[in-house]
Amino acid sequence: MIADFGFFALLMAFLLALYACAAAAFGSWSGQQRWVSSARSATILSFPLLTLACGSLVYSLANLDFHLQYVTQVTSHSMPMYLRVTALWGGQAGSLLFWAWLMAAFTFAVMLREWRRDRDLEPWVIIVTAGTLAFFLALILFFENPFLRYWQGVTGTVWAALWQPAGAQPYIPMDGNGLNPLLRHPGMIIHPPMLYIGFVAFVVPFAFAIGALVTGRSDDRWIRVTRRWTLVAWLFLSLGLILGSRWAYDVLGWGGYWGWDPVEIAAFMPWLTGTAFLHSVMIQEKRGMFKHWNMLLIILTYCLVIFGTFLTRSGVLSSVHAFAQSAIGPMFFGFIAVTFAVSLALLNKRWATLKSEVEMTSLLSREALFLVNNLLFMGILVICFWGVVFPIVSEASGGIGRAIPALAHIFTGQRATVGPIFYESATGPLWAALLLLMGIAPLSAWRASTARTLGRAMWKPFIISLLALAALLAGGMRQPLALLALWICAFVFLVTAYEFLRGARARTSRGETPLQAFWRLVARNRRRYGGYIIHIGVILIAVGIIGIELFQQETQGSLAVGERMHLGSYSIEYESLAEFETPDGRLVDRAVVNVFKDGQPLTQLYPRRDFYYESQQAMTIPGLRSTLEDDVYILLVDWEPVSASSATFKMYVNPLVNWIWLGGFVFIFGTLVASWPDAELQPARSRARVRGTAERA
Amino acid sequence: MRLLAFAVAAVLLLAACAGSPAALNSALQGTPSADQVNAVAKNLYCPVCANVPLDVCGTAACAQWRGQIADLLADGYSEQQVYDYFAAHYGQGVLAVPPARGLNWLVYLLPPAVILGAALLLGRNLRRWQQAAPSAAKPSKDDEYTRQLEEELKARR
Repeated sequence: MIADFGFFALLMAFLLALYACAAAAFGSWSGQQRWVSSARSATILSFPLLTLACGSLVYSLANLDFHLQYVTQVTSHSMPMYLRVTALWGGQAGSLLFWAWLMAAFTFAVMLREWRRDRDLEPWVIIVTAGTLAFFLALILFFENPFLRYWQGVTGTVWAALWQPAGAQPYIPMDGNGLNPLLRHPGMIIHPPMLYIGFVAFVVPFAFAIGALVTGRSDDRWIRVTRRWTLVAWLFLSLGLILGSRWAYDVLGWGGYWGWDPVEIAAFMPWLTGTAFLHSVMIQEKRGMFKHWNMLLIILTYCLVIFGTFLTRSGVLSSVHAFAQSAIGPMFFGFIAVTFAVSLALLNKRWATLKSEVEMTSLLSREALFLVNNLLFMGILVICFWGVVFPIVSEASGGIGRAIPALAHIFTGQRATVGPIFYESATGPLWAALLLLMGIAPLSAWRASTARTLGRAMWKPFIISLLALAALLAGGMRQPLALLALWICAFVFLVTAYEFLRGARARTSRGETPLQAFWRLVARNRRRYGGYIIHIGVILIAVGIIGIELFQQETQGSLAVGERMHLGSYSIEYESLAEFETPDGRLVDRAVVNVFKDGQPLTQLYPRRDFYYESQQAMTIPGLRSTLEDDVYILLVDWEPVSASSATFKMYVNPLVNWIWLGGFVFIFGTLVASWPDAELQPARSRARVRGTAERA
Repeated sequence: MRLLAFAVAAVLLLAACAGSPAALNSALQGTPSADQVNAVAKNLYCPVCANVPLDVCGTAACAQWRGQIADLLADGYSEQQVYDYFAAHYGQGVLAVPPARGLNWLVYLLPPAVILGAALLLGRNLRRWQQAAPSAAKPSKDDEYTRQLEEELKARR
């Protein structure tokens, strides 16, 4: 009954989304605003309807209605209530519904804004957002329906269908399969919603961009309207990536935080273009330049959002054959191809009207450096994109080899793997260049900047950064790569800190205390100083990455009870191992390990292996001791089954890894500062208020 | 004297052994340590589990493959020979990076070609833009801020 209710709400939302597209298009074509208003109402209504659909599925999950196929696939009696609820995004069908619900929520919020100044854009924003929503709802309704139920025929055959087939009886399994163990972690419970919010929020600036293209508006209105939407999208996407990294560190049991897995990269690619876009739109706002480029970036970001969802759901990552078998794969592929082609055609049509208002006047100007920043981000994107699709290309190209035997040795059809070594070595120099640019660009002026003015602005931080380099050398560091990378971090940090200091000094001369000066400096120019805080977050993350990537140590060994294993200044001693069952259906093998530093007792850790009976899957949970200096990360690899007289451990020492999470907090805080609503001041009034640095910054 | 001759012979024999690849192999032929096995397994991917490096994959199949690496190392295989063995038996998909041959060259050549092409295009355009007539740029709020900041700091001095 509840499932029927949810299905009809879903169906209604789909029909309303289709209607909204048609009514908005007709309203725009005929010039009748009432049709556009009707389309807007239909779009608004899709949110409560999808809330009902999601609510009914959550109700079924919470109450373990195993008649529903989806509930059986992702829940079980042993799962606690919070996991049953979050199982909404634990499987394909539910996560698509959740995606659509978030999309509807954002569309709802956009529709409630004041449209008076943007009447011409309104129908096109509706068409894009409702069109995207309709596509996802079509996938859910026709290919991945979470409201399918089990039925049993007279021969005993069980199948899933929406309605009761003739002669069949309802079939209700005794228990479900349970949620994938990897998803039963707090990080994984929060991570997907954050990522999805980031994904769907990028649809909003894309919709406005398409509106601007269709209507031929060449001003930066669409950018100004969507600036905060873009920042919110970026904030959540960043948060999703950081949480995903933390989850990988805590749960996947390989001692790292980022494995360059195609699924990770799929979420990372829209972040790359989104970050480039956030920098590039500033050039259009300040100088009226690069309008084509900004359009292209937001089109790419939208397509990469859909592409990322496509990659992770079509089965294409495992094999092109899986893609062919997957019903939703070709649908996604078609949707991406159509939206990309239509968007580019529109951009091409408006190419002439989007010419820059001014020309570049200096190679060292802020806009030129931002362009270099964009080039670097795009370079990383190319590497990531090619690395992800090459295995698919290498496998799919086998057809050429089979058709033309002379080329069979080139197009072998063997699927290639592109692992972390490729990504790290290919993107490393680009990341370093980006980091360095982060220290130089804020010091360059818009329009005109020379080597001399730039040099004057940066010589102090540069000199102090050399002292930091000298300190590293004096401390015994000799690895050239680490020295270079840490020097860049020090330089960028000092430049950023210097910018804060200069602004605050100007304010203290007006009688403010340093704390007041700092607070007001940031509060009165959130975008600028929010950006600087984000840069500090990036530096902290970079320091963490340098620490773990260049200085990580690992060893593995089998220890008898009481025996020790050494790694760097740490050693571990195997004390005991216990095996027990838990009420949530796990068989846990938990070791007790004593950790020593320089021979002195430090702490006790409990690495364990959880075996989930339902899914027959095991998870290796590390024993972890975290400090800002380093993490001791111990994995239980193997053990003597009965006597537990010996066990095999893998031990990692991960220097500075906590700086990544610390940087993540600072990064998110900076984004919040930059996106916090700010009263828009009139020019005359703002001039009157400026009287100094910090009032207007 | 006989003792001296024996010592010289022993030293020469040891030196000869130490300098030959066979000696290295026989040194490994003991039992390779878990760290030696992991160092090789790190660059191999589990042929069954998608996108999981062999050194950290927790499945029984992967434990067997690590055992196989240990056996091969003990038999005197070099690191490269182990990679070749795995690629020959399980396909090139087990290698962490595609070997540079045939279509795989595209992995290594395409991204730098695209990036260099874009950089050249950007460089050419930047020069062209710079040579264009001075433009009437829009007044920038940010420039105004920087100007005010400099003035205030000067006044402070």
